Amino acid sequence: MAEPAAAPPHSPRALFWRRFRRSPLAVAGGALLIVLYALALFAPFVAPYAENDIDRGRFYHPPTLLHWVDASGRFHAGGFVYATVRDPGSESGWREDRSRPVPLRWLARGARWKLLGLVPSDRHLFGVPAPERVFVFGADQLGRDVLTRALFGAQVSLTVGLVGIALSFAIGLLLGAISGYVGGWVDEGLMRLTELLLSIPALYLIVALRAVFPVQLPSRDVYLALVVILALLGWAGLARVIRGMVLGIRQHEYVLAAEALGMSRTRIIVRHILPNTLSFVVVAATVAVPGYILGEVVLSFLGMGVQEPAASWGNMLAQARSLAVLRSSAWMLYVPSLAIFATVMAFNLFGDGLRDALDPRGLTGGRA
Amino acid sequence: MRSYVLRRLLQVVPLLLGISALTFLLLQLAPGDFLTTVSENPQVSAAALEQMRRNFGLDQPWYVQYLLYLKNIFLHFDFGESFAYHRPVFVVLRSGLLNTLLLASAAMVVTWGLAIPLGVIAAVRQHTPVDRALSVGAFVWLSLPEVLTGLLLLMLAARTGWFPVGGMHSDDASSMGAAARALDVARHLVLPAVVVGLIPLASRMRQMRASLLDVLRLDYVTTARAKGLSEGRVVVGHALRNAMNPLITLFGFTLGSLVSGSFVAETIFSWPGLGSITLEALRSQDQYLVLGAVLMASFVLVLGNLVADLLLAVADPRIAHG
Repeated sequence: MAEPAAAPPHSPRALFWRRFRRSPLAVAGGALLIVLYALALFAPFVAPYAENDIDRGRFYHPPTLLHWVDASGRFHAGGFVYATVRDPGSESGWREDRSRPVPLRWLARGARWKLLGLVPSDRHLFGVPAPERVFVFGADQLGRDVLTRALFGAQVSLTVGLVGIALSFAIGLLLGAISGYVGGWVDEGLMRLTELLLSIPALYLIVALRAVFPVQLPSRDVYLALVVILALLGWAGLARVIRGMVLGIRQHEYVLAAEALGMSRTRIIVRHILPNTLSFVVVAATVAVPGYILGEVVLSFLGMGVQEPAASWGNMLAQARSLAVLRSSAWMLYVPSLAIFATVMAFNLFGDGLRDALDPRGLTGGRA
Repeated sequence: MRSYVLRRLLQVVPLLLGISALTFLLLQLAPGDFLTTVSENPQVSAAALEQMRRNFGLDQPWYVQYLLYLKNIFLHFDFGESFAYHRPVFVVLRSGLLNTLLLASAAMVVTWGLAIPLGVIAAVRQHTPVDRALSVGAFVWLSLPEVLTGLLLLMLAARTGWFPVGGMHSDDASSMGAAARALDVARHLVLPAVVVGLIPLASRMRQMRASLLDVLRLDYVTTARAKGLSEGRVVVGHALRNAMNPLITLFGFTLGSLVSGSFVAETIFSWPGLGSITLEALRSQDQYLVLGAVLMASFVLVLGNLVADLLLAVADPRIAHG
């Protein structure tokens, strides 16, 4: 199609981008999200070990310090660590053996992995030759690398919420639109149902929904169960808002025109009504994502979600919860905590920026 | 007004019935036949099983069971038997609910005790570095979920010994006098109450700030200033009282969210509240206890919303007549 010579200088998308870029915090939040999701995607490469690489000789091993300058003052560009030996006298139970420097190997060969189950490789971003180990953020009770677990855990924790919210919003949009457009007893029934769901405190509803699944679930089913629970948890509130918006939209002349032309209800809802709620839905979804991610974290933390040996940020927190760990191996707490905090913060910054850019008049309201 | 209260009260009944039916149905969807699960449980005696089978119709279809469940609640106030505790569900939950409400009240003190002064400071010092620091702090705070604050405070307790690391009583509590016991409970209450109380702090602080800013623009505040009152008396004596009005109605809504919010803090600090009991019941498949707990938590939420609506109607008569 030939573009007219004098195209309008500012398309809505260009305007949106300009407003979004004007907020450095929102851009920073978006950039942080890209980094976090990239780390999750390339977890097997970035992590020095496999998800369940157990080293029973090094349980609760403290973080390994990275060095660049050795005892004689020589500088090593690639960095190195010292081999560690048990030392019951020291606070952490381990000390560095200064006589045995171990150079870090970049792009080292290690455990085999497949990117997205397709591209095989055995390269890791860094590593040290066996039998030495590098634990940048320490090791857990089974001698597994905390950094490795956190990276693999991100694959679960960062995606369960997104899939859950996608399902939840699909249900909420559809039922909200049907409720608002069809009206009558359908509307009445659906709205009473949402009231019921909203009257059960969130975590108690989670418990009731979790009870539907067996107490012990194989790890691949847990993922599905979590998605279903999170999806059923959140749709009610959205459905009520969408219903309200649809009640307004259906009065517009173009909807009446579509009706007069004899379009089917389904087509009117999908083609003419739902697209008008889009910018609200995008913003509401972005702002709601942290809640869904925390949903997984809390479920796994309480032992209702992802189970060992699979890693998730929530079950890493659960392992860090024992008093012994909190007293002397607190590194097990720091990495998953920081990851959760950074993720929630990034989504909040990004979501606020998105809202301001898509909806400068503030129609969608602030976060409560 | 009276008809509004009556109407609002009547709405609660079908809501609670609906919640009980929904929860009952969900638990029926749980894998395995309930009766088999119960009879396989070594903690359930044959006599108790026989009694439950009779009273709750455990071999009947689910809708019969549900009606029997309702009948037992209405006629005998019997919510069934907890298998794990060997006690009636209501007795187990009553102590849990009281502990949760104690925690929630303490948390509310923390929330408002911090939100009001911080909100006032932010409003009075609007557009100054103090205000900006508080709003940045609130934003950061919104990104810190209660699981993390809970674990960080638990770490503090474990490392310093300043506070007990969990539970509600010290080991030697039974030998203490009444005052010492109360003090002991208070010491155990501090950390979980801080965790729960800090959840809504950021948003309450923002609301307080916004509300006070609205009031400070009104004419009567200018009049008070013109009379020559000190700024402190204008804010605290005149403006604050009216600025609090919209927040008071939030009070009821907060109750429901506090019950849910205390769930995580209760598990982290082993506080024997409704949340801890529910989680334990889910793990040991103590079905009637799970059912009763969900019902009780929802009851508190519905009650909180009801109170909020009634307070709102008292504060703004247009609602009752609209």
